[in-house]
Amino acid sequence: MSALRRVLGKLGGLLLTLFLASLLVFFSRFLVPGDPVSFLLRGRKPSPEAVAAVNAQYGLDLPPWQQYLSWIGGVLHGDFGRSLQYRQDVGAVIGERMPVTLGLVVMAGLMIAIVGLAAGAIAALNRGRVLDRSILIGLTALGAIPSFVGAIVLIAVFAVQLGWFPSFGSGDGGIDTLYHLVLPSTALALVFVVLVGKVTRSSMVDQLGREHVEVATSRGLRRGTVIRRHVFRNSIGPILTVSGLLVAGLLVASSIVESAFGLAGVGSLLVQSVSRLDFPVVQAIVLLIVFAFVAVNAVIDILEPVIDPRAAAGGGAR
Amino acid sequence: MTTPTMAVTVLRAPRAARADLTFGLSVGVLGVMVAAAAFAPLIAPYDPDAVDLAAFYSGPSAAHWLGTDALGRDLLSRTIHGARTALLAPLAVVVISTAVGIVLGLIAGWRGGWLDSVLGRLFDVVFAFPSLLLAILAVALFGKGLVAPVIAMSIAYAPFVARLTRSLVVAERSRPYVAAYRVQGFSPPWIATRRVLPNVTPIVGAQSTLNFGYVLAELAALSFLGLGVQAPAADWGAMINEAQAGILGGHFLPALVPAAAVVLAVVAVNVIGEEYSNRIGGGAPA
Repeated sequence: MSALRRVLGKLGGLLLTLFLASLLVFFSRFLVPGDPVSFLLRGRKPSPEAVAAVNAQYGLDLPPWQQYLSWIGGVLHGDFGRSLQYRQDVGAVIGERMPVTLGLVVMAGLMIAIVGLAAGAIAALNRGRVLDRSILIGLTALGAIPSFVGAIVLIAVFAVQLGWFPSFGSGDGGIDTLYHLVLPSTALALVFVVLVGKVTRSSMVDQLGREHVEVATSRGLRRGTVIRRHVFRNSIGPILTVSGLLVAGLLVASSIVESAFGLAGVGSLLVQSVSRLDFPVVQAIVLLIVFAFVAVNAVIDILEPVIDPRAAAGGGAR
Repeated sequence: MTTPTMAVTVLRAPRAARADLTFGLSVGVLGVMVAAAAFAPLIAPYDPDAVDLAAFYSGPSAAHWLGTDALGRDLLSRTIHGARTALLAPLAVVVISTAVGIVLGLIAGWRGGWLDSVLGRLFDVVFAFPSLLLAILAVALFGKGLVAPVIAMSIAYAPFVARLTRSLVVAERSRPYVAAYRVQGFSPPWIATRRVLPNVTPIVGAQSTLNFGYVLAELAALSFLGLGVQAPAADWGAMINEAQAGILGGHFLPALVPAAAVVLAVVAVNVIGEEYSNRIGGGAPA
């Protein structure tokens, strides 16, 4: 019962945040001084047809709150309006580029999870030793490399100098696409490995010093079992929370990496649409990223008691 | 009793020395960058925008210590001039977001109640927008350049400062010295601004120092994307953007020199911020 109420409460908070965020995305346009038609048609010929089209799409003669209602109503049905640069539905333009971005983010996510968890766990199990300190220094160094610097260094070294990987485009599908995504995913993963690695380390070091671990060891359980069932399982909570926060960073940083590697994904579409003054596309992508970020964190929040039953009992001591 | 103490000092001395060395180096690096930004026209050997088509992509030499770019412009001079926007813009973001965040956090933490709830919800909404995304949206609305992104990033970072300030103020509020001032009849606003605020600002300042590094990297990324400082200008991010074509032709320095400057600046600021928060004790609660 209380679990259900907790989930409903979280969902309510989620919906409220999404609603307020959509208000911000929609009404941000009203901050621009002057006539909305000339803002939306910047850099284009304001022909009578174009003016009429923009007027119809945005319902500019309606009062602002009705404009919002018709816009959000469309968004909820998957209708984001029409792109000014492609003369196509925004949803179709974005949908076409979604696979590349998903592939990039999933691949980078796997790299972050594998390298981050491994580095953090190895450091924690060797805490205080040279290996621990080297891993920490290595992670900190990686964390200081912004995605765009990582991207150009990877291109310079592995694409141009060594010629091992392509530097441009997303290939012709299948294995070729995976091959094309290796360098971009690595560039995307670099900064985020440090967060997962450090949280894994500190969370596991915390558990290693706990009494229940000592008890498990003194009961004669094998070290591998103790680490898997008693240390790692208890360390997952903070790691998951940080992973949720990474999602926003990954989605935004993908725009940098996609632009650097010439990938036709959603992130590079965002940058290109800003440059080409295609506001409907910008608005839709910003809204999608915010929704994805808020939703992923809500799911992690709701799932936490499933993974860690103590969280349901009011947080409790970790 | 003396032996253990000595053992401890002996064990700790090399570590402390190493931390001091890293800290000293970082202060040095940042100091050089600040000096470069302040006296750029005096220090830079060339005009950063002077095109010399006869000397394009020349490697490091006595004439051009770091070489030249595709248009024969001197990389060292451009990097020195680039320190100006690279440091000034994040400074503006950090100053604005810290000022706004401290005021909002102090109000939320000190007043509590419905005002606290409303502000908390507002912070949640802003947290849903990654700072770089908010900056990109600002460029889409107000056009390319640095002014709109700087304001957008200040808005994005203010809730982080505000939430930290709020949690510190809530902790301070229940301490005996606050009750003592109350009993003596000092007005709550006076206690909040004159007695609580000074106890809170060092920790907030440490966090803001760390924010400086993130903002620097994000604004450079924005210029790299072609949405911030525009191309001919000598800015680190814009320089890397312009140098991308050269990388494919094997000319790495025009991109790597400003990239190294960005990384060095971020590392130096982070080391200084962490050392600062260690020295004021405890550091910022995560």
